[in-house]
Amino acid sequence: MSAETKKMYGILAEFNNPRQLIDVSKKVVELGYDKFDTYSPFPIHGIDKAMKLEKSKLGWIVLGHGLLGFSGALAMMYFMSVIDYPLNISGKPFFNAPAWVPVTFELTILLSAFGAVFGMFFLNGLPRFNHPLFTIERFKRSTDDKFFVCIEATDSKFHADQVHEFFKEAGAAYIEEVYE
Amino acid sequence: MSKYQYVPEPALVKGDHDFASITHLVTDVNLRPTPKAWYLLMLPANALLGLLLASIGYLIWEGTGIWGLNNPVGWGWAIINFVWWVGIGHAGTLISAILFLFRQDWRTAINRFAEAMTIFAVMCALIFPGIHVGRIWVIYWVFPIPNQMGMWPNFNSPLLWDVFAVSTYFTVSLLFWYVGLVPDLATLRDKASDKIRQIGYGLFSLGWNGSNRHWWNYEKAYMILAGLATPLVLSVHTIVSFDFAVSVIPGWHTTIFPPYFVAGAIFSGFAMVLTLMIITRKVYGMEDIMTNDHMEKMNIIIMVTGSMVGFAYMMEFFIAWYSGVEYEKAIFLLRASGPYAWAYWIMMTCNVISPQFFWSKKLRTNVTFTFIISIVVNIGMWFERFVITVTSLANDYLPSSWDYYSPTIWDVLTYVGTFGLFGTMFLLFLRFLPMIAIAEVKAVLPQADPHNYDENGTYHAPVEEIPEHVTVAKPKNA
Repeated sequence: MSAETKKMYGILAEFNNPRQLIDVSKKVVELGYDKFDTYSPFPIHGIDKAMKLEKSKLGWIVLGHGLLGFSGALAMMYFMSVIDYPLNISGKPFFNAPAWVPVTFELTILLSAFGAVFGMFFLNGLPRFNHPLFTIERFKRSTDDKFFVCIEATDSKFHADQVHEFFKEAGAAYIEEVYE
Repeated sequence: MSKYQYVPEPALVKGDHDFASITHLVTDVNLRPTPKAWYLLMLPANALLGLLLASIGYLIWEGTGIWGLNNPVGWGWAIINFVWWVGIGHAGTLISAILFLFRQDWRTAINRFAEAMTIFAVMCALIFPGIHVGRIWVIYWVFPIPNQMGMWPNFNSPLLWDVFAVSTYFTVSLLFWYVGLVPDLATLRDKASDKIRQIGYGLFSLGWNGSNRHWWNYEKAYMILAGLATPLVLSVHTIVSFDFAVSVIPGWHTTIFPPYFVAGAIFSGFAMVLTLMIITRKVYGMEDIMTNDHMEKMNIIIMVTGSMVGFAYMMEFFIAWYSGVEYEKAIFLLRASGPYAWAYWIMMTCNVISPQFFWSKKLRTNVTFTFIISIVVNIGMWFERFVITVTSLANDYLPSSWDYYSPTIWDVLTYVGTFGLFGTMFLLFLRFLPMIAIAEVKAVLPQADPHNYDENGTYHAPVEEIPEHVTVAKPKNA
């Protein structure tokens, strides 16, 4: 399909190693682009600072879930063993807090883990099976051995020619325009 | 000459590997046609799995009377096998979570593998509490689900705690494993050339594309999961030990049980990881990633936890004497010299003596020797659970009610059958999923560190700075 009929998603540049990816990320940030992303087969040490990423909000999601698990477990046991059907078991108190520690603990962990996993996928916008980048054949190597930067067309400073020029200067091994 | 020696850290990945060769090495196992040997192994595994299903079927049909349980011994092989399998599972979580928190980068070679083992071992374990209840069709009574009696589970019971502990453990282990798998499934999706694999792996990789904004949340999630799984794994075998320790049976009612069970679990789990790893890395040619250095480190952990277990055995004797309780003293003397002395001494030999060989560097770096010890350890740990469960029940307070416990053929077949389940699952795992955490191994290669490149992007292998006036020790396994 021709470029005129399709909306541009952004411009993708390929690099050969993590050092180049960090250097180019720093420059992208310096130039004032903020709708961009970098892609690598593994997390790179220091890329968060180079890309000026904000602290992940995941911790708060997990904390919320953990508190829910903790209070939910206690509320459940209190309802079942004290309110709904109290059973006298060898004269133990109905509200037997020490004996409830294991179940409370396990449910706190369980809910926190749900928060961590599903919260992470939620923050990342996954699952998302269709992505403009998946139309690029070379992009398959982002999960193998290549490093990519994509500056997106929705960025207010985006001008295709300037981005091309910038990537060429930065030493990209390959540059391609991505269409939705 | 200084008296100090500088010991260089051995490289985590041997051989001349870069990112692409790691990807190829691991994914090729899943992408090439199924080897004949795989079918040959699948056959006995499936046969044993069938045996398991048949013996469970007969159990449900006939009742727990087909097992060798008798009047004082109401807990037999079912409980022993449950504790044994759960214990084996613990090594996977230890490797994936605790070693992660301690920044032990060598774990990346074996964590995927060990976590898979955890999940399959816990599956085998979960069968036993499920089927040993007699009326399996009301097993849902253990969960807080409304039932026709209007009753709820008893939250004061250690057996109920166990339900929550083991099911949480299984769920969290599965999630942790899956989170680790997502980027590697994406690698497989991108490497696969046929439609079926592209769709299958694509579906489970959830559209992962290696975005660093995603990695940023991902790493946070991984860290949090490791932080959650660490207390969880310690709690699981603690709660399993409560099944025994909270009772008033002599030999069970001890406070040493939780730490002693956890140490034993890690001990047997590492042995199982080694048994599987030594075979698998040979068959699939993964010796560059699962190196002998890893094996040596695991052997050291086996030695440490084995010594902890040995110490606990002696401490139990001391406390039995020190407590002044006649029944406590009697049960420990009976363990070592009574009707089950044979089992006790198998346990002592396998668990206390065998790991001590690993003080010798020569032995702990020897593959064949490690393989033998890894099996011996798991035999020993099975007998530990046998000794704990059976001796205390068979010889309790009233000598007039003592009886000798022997398993029946159905006990044995059910246990042997669980190896069929384990083997089937493990073979499926090796065939269809990446057995090594590809992304994590790449991240510990020296090429992954941006500091090892100069301004022009040329790679320079890191040079080790050796302090002056210090001799350099010979590199390990050179």
